[in-house]
Amino acid sequence: MKRTLLALLLTTTLFFAFACERRGGGGSGSDTGTILVGYYGDLSGRTSSFGQSTKNGVEMAADEINKAGGINGRQVQIIVEDDQGEPNKAATVVSKLINQDRVQALLGEVASSNSLAAAPKAQEAKVIMISPSSTNPAVTQVGDYIFRVCFIDPFQGEVMAKFASNNLKAKRAAILYDFNSDYSRGLQQFFKRSFTQLGGQVVSEQSYTQGDRDFSGQLTAIRATTPDVIYVPGYYGEVGVIANQTKQLGIRAPLLGGDGWDSPRLWELGGNSLNGNYISNHYSVDDPSPAIRKFVADYRARFSILPDALAALGYDSMKVLADAIKRAGTTESAKLRDAIAQTQDFSGVTGSINIDKDRNAVKPAVVLKLQDGKFVYETTIYPEGMTPPASTSVSPAAPLTSTSPVTAASPQKPPPPSSGTSAPAPSTK
Amino acid sequence: MDTFVQQLINGLNIGAIYALIALGYTMVYGILRLINFAHGDVYMVGAFAGYFIALSLGLSAGPSLGAIALVLLGSMIIAAVIGMAIERFTYRPVRMYSRMTTLIMAIGVSLLIEYLFVAVIGAAPRAFPDFLGSQSQPPYHLFGRAAISKAQIVIFLVSIALMLLLQWIVFKTRVGTAMRAVSYNLNSAKLMGINAGVLTAQYNPNIEPLMGILTGLKAFVAAVLGGIGNIPGAVLGGLLIGAAETFVVGYGQSIGIASTYRDAVAFAILILVLLLRPSGLLGSTVQEKV
Repeated sequence: MKRTLLALLLTTTLFFAFACERRGGGGSGSDTGTILVGYYGDLSGRTSSFGQSTKNGVEMAADEINKAGGINGRQVQIIVEDDQGEPNKAATVVSKLINQDRVQALLGEVASSNSLAAAPKAQEAKVIMISPSSTNPAVTQVGDYIFRVCFIDPFQGEVMAKFASNNLKAKRAAILYDFNSDYSRGLQQFFKRSFTQLGGQVVSEQSYTQGDRDFSGQLTAIRATTPDVIYVPGYYGEVGVIANQTKQLGIRAPLLGGDGWDSPRLWELGGNSLNGNYISNHYSVDDPSPAIRKFVADYRARFSILPDALAALGYDSMKVLADAIKRAGTTESAKLRDAIAQTQDFSGVTGSINIDKDRNAVKPAVVLKLQDGKFVYETTIYPEGMTPPASTSVSPAAPLTSTSPVTAASPQKPPPPSSGTSAPAPSTK
Repeated sequence: MDTFVQQLINGLNIGAIYALIALGYTMVYGILRLINFAHGDVYMVGAFAGYFIALSLGLSAGPSLGAIALVLLGSMIIAAVIGMAIERFTYRPVRMYSRMTTLIMAIGVSLLIEYLFVAVIGAAPRAFPDFLGSQSQPPYHLFGRAAISKAQIVIFLVSIALMLLLQWIVFKTRVGTAMRAVSYNLNSAKLMGINAGVLTAQYNPNIEPLMGILTGLKAFVAAVLGGIGNIPGAVLGGLLIGAAETFVVGYGQSIGIASTYRDAVAFAILILVLLLRPSGLLGSTVQEKV
């Protein structure tokens, strides 16, 4: 009896193994057939706004590519998996995408902790993974098959430190960060390093964990140190509440954040208590450049909301992948890897994308001010060695270094978009 | 000094929330001799019931008193019905077995409610409307920089008022006598969890399906600390736990304890209480029925 069961079990396992093999093998080789791209993200967890926006961007890009005849005549098919925003589930769904669906490339995740959990699976199987928006440096250090199309946190932390020091003239900064998030901890360190180098002082460092509901203890301790600014490099779910409790404690110092704040949900949780705060981000919906205008208009027509930066990065990640497949002429992973690594001056929605030797994108960041449900463009800050394009900079200023002041906000402000296509407040539904 | 007073206010405010939920634990334990682990989830259900009622009425910040009463009443009824259904369909059928069976059932029910909510409405936090207008309005200043918001005052007053009301019902009314005698009626105990859900959402508008887990566990610790089955004990325990964790956050860093140790504190207290004074601060050594 036992033996029969064992035999039955073996047969079923083999059957499924073959079934999976056939499914992947069917018609999608390296040079012909449909290109299968796996997308994984948080579609139902605490940061589901991130995963949903990115998915929208990825699918919109894929549809545009397919409508234009595909890549070298091959159509793109996106296979979507929900990891619920949990690192172990991210690893599981990526294994499934690789082994069962046999995808030729992976796009995801947003949160660095999730990308870090999934990246080793992709690297091990030698499947390309492009993270649209994980900014922690460790993500692409996992291996040579892991790329990203966004800037990294040493730069993002530096951007806010420069802005605080040069534009807001802040001398004393407090930091309130998410202890369990690789993203938040990274930004905390990089902001602190840059801010201190610029002559500022970090007067208080407090932490919380994702899902916390009360921040009054930390904020009261911070209040006692009289900071000029409070850096909160967290995700929107907690930040909305933090902004609220900051105001309830009578703290007037502005909060500064990163791209983790970028979600329409932020306004629901924080409301007007968010006014007057600043974030660093990947692009501004108010940018007057034709490429961004077109992207914003198409996205709004399709999803009836404004694209946040995560949607734009999702879009760019798919376009960068498509461009590399086109140049490589194949989806054979080693050749594709080399083609992505050679990406130079690719014009994406989030700026010109250059992949550096560490497989990161080198791009400028924008600083946005939060006002009445909108992220209003404030200034652009360029990485060292990159010159601002002539069209947007009034003075032929040298690229910003850690010693030169950030160009004043006003000259770089883009002209307000003409009324017809002007972007209204993000949906507050 | 400002900072110390402020931390005390913060601590008592969280403590009052724990106290409200701890009242529920203590009542159920006093009557049924059951640790109702689903209690934290009834608190969550109450908050979501209030949220969806407010949403369907199209309420936003600062609605009329009538509308607030409607939301409170509606959420109380829904949470009470859920509480009664849990008792009728899960606890009652296994009451004749050992207490362990009911306890395991309670844990199962708790997880079921949590993950049903995650599956149906998603884990993303939602924003509860600001009824008291306390989020847009500047806080009241006591002295120096010590501030207190409207929501904090309301939460604190309500938890004290509920404790007095409950004490009165249990010891001075017929219903209370019946409850003590029959050890049967769960309903009024259930009512405690609900107010807490909608109330705390006034202080922290962020509601989510898993919000009842940690808060519920800490409230349970509060009930044990005060002496489970003892009503003033639950309130005292709640306030102590709230104050303890806030002081860890506020002052821990100067002695090398990170703010993230706040959650460990409540459970360290639980272990200490069980080791040193198992009957709790106000509990008598021989447990009496409430």
